[in-house]
Amino acid sequence: MKIVLTVSSSSIDAEFDPRFGRCAYFLVMDTETMKWEAFQNPGINASGGAGTQAAQFIAQKKVAAVISGDFGPNASAALNAAGILMYRNKDSGSIQDIVKRFNAGELEKVDVPSASGSHH
Amino acid sequence: MRITVASGKGGTGKTTVATSLAISLALNNPALPPLFLDCDVEAPNAHLFLKPAFKDKKDVSILIPSIDESKCTGCGRCADVCEYHAIAVLNNKVLVFPQLCHGCGSCTLICPTKAIWEVPNVMGVLESGITPLDINFAHGIMNIGEPMAVPVIQQLKKWAAPQPGQVVIVDAPPGTSCPVVESARGADFLLLVTEPTPFGLHDLKLAAQVAKELGIPVGVIINREGIGNASVENFCETQGLPILMRIPYDLAIAKGTAQGQALPEIYPKYTLLFQQLFAEISRMVVHQ
Repeated sequence: MKIVLTVSSSSIDAEFDPRFGRCAYFLVMDTETMKWEAFQNPGINASGGAGTQAAQFIAQKKVAAVISGDFGPNASAALNAAGILMYRNKDSGSIQDIVKRFNAGELEKVDVPSASGSHH
Repeated sequence: MRITVASGKGGTGKTTVATSLAISLALNNPALPPLFLDCDVEAPNAHLFLKPAFKDKKDVSILIPSIDESKCTGCGRCADVCEYHAIAVLNNKVLVFPQLCHGCGSCTLICPTKAIWEVPNVMGVLESGITPLDINFAHGIMNIGEPMAVPVIQQLKKWAAPQPGQVVIVDAPPGTSCPVVESARGADFLLLVTEPTPFGLHDLKLAAQVAKELGIPVGVIINREGIGNASVENFCETQGLPILMRIPYDLAIAKGTAQGQALPEIYPKYTLLFQQLFAEISRMVVHQ
């Protein structure tokens, strides 16, 4: 299964970044082969709409699920429309640990927005 | 003459100064009292001091896209062109996020199949009326949950136009972001109200920068003089910002404003002080 995690740098040793729309990198991973590729978040400095932009970006990567910390109302509406499943990770730990927990079905699935959007 | 009262930091006394100035000008020139615009549309409160009887009302809306799915091919050009990411095209389906939309109309223009038309999205309301001193009063009220204040302020300024020769006093929102810039745009003078504290100084610096960018002459009012330290004073001196008035930290003023009184009602001497302030501002605007 192809999934994406929000991370702080372009490495498998990166720290998990709990912000969906404002994370530094998206790490796309195949959970069977553990092959990965990191993409810079194009919307990290967007003045607004970072969540909807991020949702469209990862939809283009044809992922089935996304693991992040929280999803705002606009981001979750867009991810729902794209048919991308949302999972929330609240613990620290390496990217490999988080993927292991995901494979074991231990991560919480999110169906409603878990955070209010941020605007400035 | 249009004077915008701003501050940077919230709670320094913008509305106290703006309403006191309006009342003093109305007493000075009953034949043509000023027009007062409360542009703090997220939390307007100048009406509590000026006590207008509201009579006119108007909805504020911007035009947002609506999609005709029978014509949409899902090409995604609307999403690409949207600077605010208010449109997403996912699985050939177009999603519109009204609260992100700035109403620019680019999506409607670029759609190759004319599948987008525009519908009004109401984001607030404007109200206007006359105060007991015949001040023309208008304010905007943004709907709860609405994130964008600028369209409400723009439409308020357009809706409540001054008569020829009428002084306009604009009460700006706190901060130094877009809503403040919009409130200051078109002003002949920017009156910055601050307090002599580190927070007051920090935000005064930002507000002074905004004024500089906009090319609007500035004067400072120090409110709650007697608290804090001399840092605001020193900053004004080194930057050449004139301090036009000092309002002391005073229990009677606190009690009066808590009861909806402006300074001339608490201490009648302020009527003359604000009239003199206006004369000084007029002189500065002419001689800039």
